[in-house]
Amino acid sequence: MKKKRTAGVFFSLVLTAGLLAGCGGNQQGGGSSGGNSGGGGGGDVIKIGANLELSGGVASYGQSIAEGLDLALEEINKEGINGKKLELVKVDNKSEAAEATNGAIKLISQDKVVAIIGSATSTNTLAQVQIANDNKVPIITPSGTSETVTVKDGKVNEFVFRTCFIDPFQGTVAAKFALNDLKVKKAAVLIDSASDYSKGLAASFKETFTAGGGQIVAEEAYVAKDTDFRATLTRIKSKNPEFIFLPGYYEEVGLIVKQARELGLNVPIMGGDGWDSPKLVEIAGKDALNNTYITNHYSSGDPDPKIQEFVKAFKAKYNKAPDAFNALGYDTAYFLVDAIKRAGSADPVKIKDSLAQTKDLQLVTGTFTVDQNHNPVKSAIILEYKDGQQQFKTKVNP
Amino acid sequence: MELIQQLVNGISLGSIYALIALGYTMVYGIVRLINFAHGDVFMIGSFVGFYAVTMLHVGFVPALLLAMASCAVLGMIIERIAYKPLRNAARIAVLITAIGVSLLIEYVTIYLRGAQPEAYPSTLMPDRNLELFGVVISSQSLFILGTSLVLMVLLQFIVHRTKIGKAMRAVSHDAEAARLMGINVDNTISATFAIGSALAGAAGVIFGIYYTKIEPLMGILPGLKAFVAAVLGGIGIIPGAMVGGLLLGVIESLVSGLGYSLWRDGAAFVILILILIFRPAGLFGKNVREKV
Repeated sequence: MKKKRTAGVFFSLVLTAGLLAGCGGNQQGGGSSGGNSGGGGGGDVIKIGANLELSGGVASYGQSIAEGLDLALEEINKEGINGKKLELVKVDNKSEAAEATNGAIKLISQDKVVAIIGSATSTNTLAQVQIANDNKVPIITPSGTSETVTVKDGKVNEFVFRTCFIDPFQGTVAAKFALNDLKVKKAAVLIDSASDYSKGLAASFKETFTAGGGQIVAEEAYVAKDTDFRATLTRIKSKNPEFIFLPGYYEEVGLIVKQARELGLNVPIMGGDGWDSPKLVEIAGKDALNNTYITNHYSSGDPDPKIQEFVKAFKAKYNKAPDAFNALGYDTAYFLVDAIKRAGSADPVKIKDSLAQTKDLQLVTGTFTVDQNHNPVKSAIILEYKDGQQQFKTKVNP
Repeated sequence: MELIQQLVNGISLGSIYALIALGYTMVYGIVRLINFAHGDVFMIGSFVGFYAVTMLHVGFVPALLLAMASCAVLGMIIERIAYKPLRNAARIAVLITAIGVSLLIEYVTIYLRGAQPEAYPSTLMPDRNLELFGVVISSQSLFILGTSLVLMVLLQFIVHRTKIGKAMRAVSHDAEAARLMGINVDNTISATFAIGSALAGAAGVIFGIYYTKIEPLMGILPGLKAFVAAVLGGIGIIPGAMVGGLLLGVIESLVSGLGYSLWRDGAAFVILILILIFRPAGLFGKNVREKV
């Protein structure tokens, strides 16, 4: 008993000593990097941070973005920017908002990065907005699509940008596609009542569709995790819609499409990027998915030479076809590099100004211009499912 | 025509509830225990069937039998470890333990394989749609209804016509007296759990085929709905579970069909509350006063 206690005291002493030593080391590190005036901009490298979901619930999004970033950096560093090389410092926010905040603090105060890329989700990006604005370091989310990321209470978050389009845009694109390409006039809308994403897409769809002379004949809702949608679908069928707008996530969407086809509801069904998962095809079945469409950021099947060049480079490095998150990660790096080049300096505030002035920048996920709300004005693509495969249908410009 | 289609939808949904409710009500009828882990045994059955099909490449019948056997064993283990030590404890202690077991099964499953959903292979049982006067009936939903009816009859037969069934009823009536008559009470209760859990396993596989998507928390809501169905029909009464399940399915379909799809789950639980207030013994139950 006594022996144990002595051992305990000994261990705590060792731990304390270790902690103290650790602190000393950090201070030293802080001091030396502080010597570079202008933060990470000094010397031969420009440090940029990546605050991504490398583990946890949505790890696949974060990992995909990281792959895209790595490829882009490899290419960029072959030439360098204004004679300097880029260095990427990655932190894992474990798919948690609190960790995302901590990661941003670490990147800014300890690593002295000039800009942060991330996070993948709107929630984790929002967790860093305050830090970015307070420290005057720009952050760019590759895939946070919620409107509130860049604009809060009608005020633009000065230091926050994104590479992807926003939720309402997808709804607008879907409505125009339904009216002009599918030539339908009567649509039904079925939303996930618990998801802001779903509601956002549906609201903009309805607005554009009715403004373009269409008519919403049925509006129904379901709750995430439901498994039986037959009753609701029967009700929709009785209203004879020519088209169904179904903005949701692949788990429920798969079941809804399957059950709709079983009930003989064979009209075109359309959704957003939430459909984009290989699981969708397994759940719904290949046949049921025929005559369905989605809006998405990018397609590896797009014949555009810029995209095909990226697909080739990506395949050479990772031996697989890039998905939308890979492409968005890749584009975010180029979006930032373009701003640094035009700013002619690695000063975070100057980078912020030049990010906001980005115009007609040609990237894999589309040519874009940043608008006054810091959202890129860029094209969306429409994919059609044919025998379980996504096929490039058309590109829609804003 | 829409109304008839909604009735068909409701019956197909209700047959699933009935299938799960059969096991629920049987265990309650014999042991007087609401086994809240029943929905999770149902989930395990679904996953056993899924892995049997995708990894062992077996057909529907072997997968079903394997799922039923694993669930029977799981049911017996749960009873031995969690409920047997509490045989003489207060009812509420057993009830809370059941909730604990339910959460344990759910989260151990998530720990072992993650929370992502799986999709049952569609080749397992080809689905055909029959169309009668504009009403679409899927062959799978007819199959589910048929299975539920067969299992109900089988269960009724086991409980009322076999030796083990007689022992079950004796234990249910008075466990102490049954023991004095030379009935092995522990084995009888084990058998009850084994049969009830095997039914849950079968329901799990059939659910997987019909709805395609399975995930570790899939047992919660169907489990609760089946409980409502069992109470609606009179808990402990086997044909009551069947009728309760079908009725609940039809009510839910009609509620959704009227455009109140978000109220559907609410309707199910309002029924539970109404039944408990106005007819606690259920539609088929007799109101028996407990003797003091």
